[in-house]
Amino acid sequence: MIQIIKLNGRDFPWEAGMTVEDIMNKKNFIFPKIIVKINNQHIEVEDYPTTIVNDGDNVQMIHLLAGG
Amino acid sequence: MDINTLKEGRKLLTEYKYELGKLDKGYTDRSLYINISENKIDSKPVTQMMKDKFVGGKGFGLWYLWNGTTPTTKWNDPENEIIICGGPVCGITQYPGSGKSLVCSISPMTNIPIDSNVGGYFGPLLKFAGWDALELQGKAEKDIIIYIDGNKGVITIEEAPLEAIDSHVLAEQLTEMYADNEADKRNVSVVTAGTGAEHAKMGLLNFSLYDTRRKVTRFKQAGRGGIGRVFRDKKVKAIVVKFSGVKGNLNNPVDQAIINKAGIKMHKEMHNLDDKQNRMRKVGTGYSVEIMSAYDLLPVMNYQYGGHEDAKKIGPDILINNYLTQGLEDGCWYGCSMACAKTADNFELQTGPYKGQRVTVDGPEYETTAGVGSNCGIFDPRAILEINFYCDTYGIDTISFGTSTAFVMECYTRGIINKEITGGLDLKFGNFEASVELLHQMSRGEGFGVVVGQGIHQMKKIFSEEYGADPDFLFDIGMEQKGLEYSEYGSKESLAQQGGFGLTNKGPQHDEAWLIFMDMVNNQIPTFEDKAEALYYFPMFRTWFGLYGLCKLPWNDIVPEGNKYTSEPAKIPEHVQNYLDVVYGVTGKRLNTTDMVRESERVYNFQRIFNIRLGKGLRANDRVPYRSMGPVTKEEYESRQERYDGQLKEILGYDTEGKSTEEKMAVLRKHRENQYEKLIDAVYARRGWNSNGVPTLERLKDLGMDLPILVDVVKDLQ
Repeated sequence: MIQIIKLNGRDFPWEAGMTVEDIMNKKNFIFPKIIVKINNQHIEVEDYPTTIVNDGDNVQMIHLLAGG
Repeated sequence: MDINTLKEGRKLLTEYKYELGKLDKGYTDRSLYINISENKIDSKPVTQMMKDKFVGGKGFGLWYLWNGTTPTTKWNDPENEIIICGGPVCGITQYPGSGKSLVCSISPMTNIPIDSNVGGYFGPLLKFAGWDALELQGKAEKDIIIYIDGNKGVITIEEAPLEAIDSHVLAEQLTEMYADNEADKRNVSVVTAGTGAEHAKMGLLNFSLYDTRRKVTRFKQAGRGGIGRVFRDKKVKAIVVKFSGVKGNLNNPVDQAIINKAGIKMHKEMHNLDDKQNRMRKVGTGYSVEIMSAYDLLPVMNYQYGGHEDAKKIGPDILINNYLTQGLEDGCWYGCSMACAKTADNFELQTGPYKGQRVTVDGPEYETTAGVGSNCGIFDPRAILEINFYCDTYGIDTISFGTSTAFVMECYTRGIINKEITGGLDLKFGNFEASVELLHQMSRGEGFGVVVGQGIHQMKKIFSEEYGADPDFLFDIGMEQKGLEYSEYGSKESLAQQGGFGLTNKGPQHDEAWLIFMDMVNNQIPTFEDKAEALYYFPMFRTWFGLYGLCKLPWNDIVPEGNKYTSEPAKIPEHVQNYLDVVYGVTGKRLNTTDMVRESERVYNFQRIFNIRLGKGLRANDRVPYRSMGPVTKEEYESRQERYDGQLKEILGYDTEGKSTEEKMAVLRKHRENQYEKLIDAVYARRGWNSNGVPTLERLKDLGMDLPILVDVVKDLQ
């Protein structure tokens, strides 16, 4: 059965061992100014490859371009 | 032709001498009025009421335009005006992006006011020459050049029959003519249009800056809405200003130290972070081409699609490594450390009257690359640079040209028009030769190029009335609204951005609100009320830059390191505080963020009522083409079938099994059109407008904008 986590408030399929970087690659999130938070805790850029996302986590990847 | 010969052809029509005056807190407190029908030049006072209610920049431009025109004024009537105004902060040299001016006129594309912001040296030098704004009215009998000598206090209007018309030649001639020597050239700035602007409604204005390192005259463009067409219709070849003695405190600010402090902080930020963020200093706004493609937002083949595997061929790395000169400070006004005005130097032209010449091409900006490139199915950087150059020198807006060419390419591909109609041009997607030939035809005033130069709004009428095209289909695929072509982002998957384009005052230009990431990717504004709040705040915030003479890019195309820990990172609070400090430093006004929005809201509502005065500005005028909302054709739907099928199931509970594409498209369309109407209701309510889009008397009173001239327009529409 596919597990689902929340990514920016929407369902996203989760796999055991998945990192922040894995999610960004799957979503093709290549914009250079993204804020990443897991359960409201900030994740630094250098930690993307090693930060594991757990089942049930609330992940936010906020792209900072708004208003123009 | 040498300069002396050009001068011999001149005939002086009038000369006006003035006291040089003095700047105080960002204002000269007067504006320059020039009527070229009567060869009359005069000084007008800038009143405290103007400063309180309209601030400057676009605010002053709209105010003068309202007073100079009537409810029946058309774009080519003599009373239509062109107003250039920088705003009180314009001209400081300590903070990035502080040399902008705003240009206003009644647009040939939309027949309502257009405002277009532009860099280059003209706006600041005009202010230092003693004028907060230049208000140009009337029509000359023959081609003229207006010259403002800001050191001697002399203004002349001369007939000028021999000078070139295309911008890159004319600006060189005039810079050479009016500068005392090579070092003096940086003190001259020229406003020009071009031969294309004589025939195409999408004409633009070029504002020059002399590049002392490259030793070439360069341009920034007031591109949108056809102001260049108005300029040439008035038979103005150029407006020249000269002022020597630029220094950092000429605005006579109240607190220089606070401006310096904000500027130094920004320069450090730019130095430390830009290479890790947007690389604006290396490639300018073109950094985002591949990014937009990755997020399915890059317009491809008339906005049918949002990405293409060849986007990388026109992406930033190709431009940096092969075309754009690196390592030079490319600001369009002194002190801009963002320096995003890139150029391709020694670029050899392959077509047209300047074929074989090596030129400097300003750009390409993102909008140009996407508009004349991907949106037309062209993924060759040389082709994009060539079109970019000719658009600029002919005085043609790359956005309207790109979007209009994409439209005719789709019409051609679908058999709506053919070679008999195009005069033999094979206007299939990807055909650079046909695209650039349209431009050359606009310059020469002949062929199908002249038709394309009228813009999509006019072409839809011609194609349906003369060639039997289905007007409903043309409405769906013709990416214009209010008469103005869309700028270069796909908005199908962002309802907020559909409003960001559709609920603008001047037409679908992204400089009011770009909300796609907040909405589509971040999911930060899920409800109608959330979207309405964003479509209230951001357009007002963006309007504010245009009141003061500021560039938007240093606000959020670089973000400070601690930004992510702030409560509203999307608004870049530290930069907003910088702006409040800079405005205080120059003018002595202590503003907070609420004040900023209210300053803009006064002008924004004034512009809305200006539209109503001219017969638009109501709900019916905010209708958008379906291509901006969803898939018009079967192939568009099927190219993203998984997405659309998923939405039908998840959002509407619609069972897609066994349904034809046409059936699914119809259900999706009904849903999306309904969503847009609900969005309009929410946005109008938040902005204080009634359900027909008319500002209420209560809101006008609250804003202090219940001026009798405005109340007269809206009182019967409440």
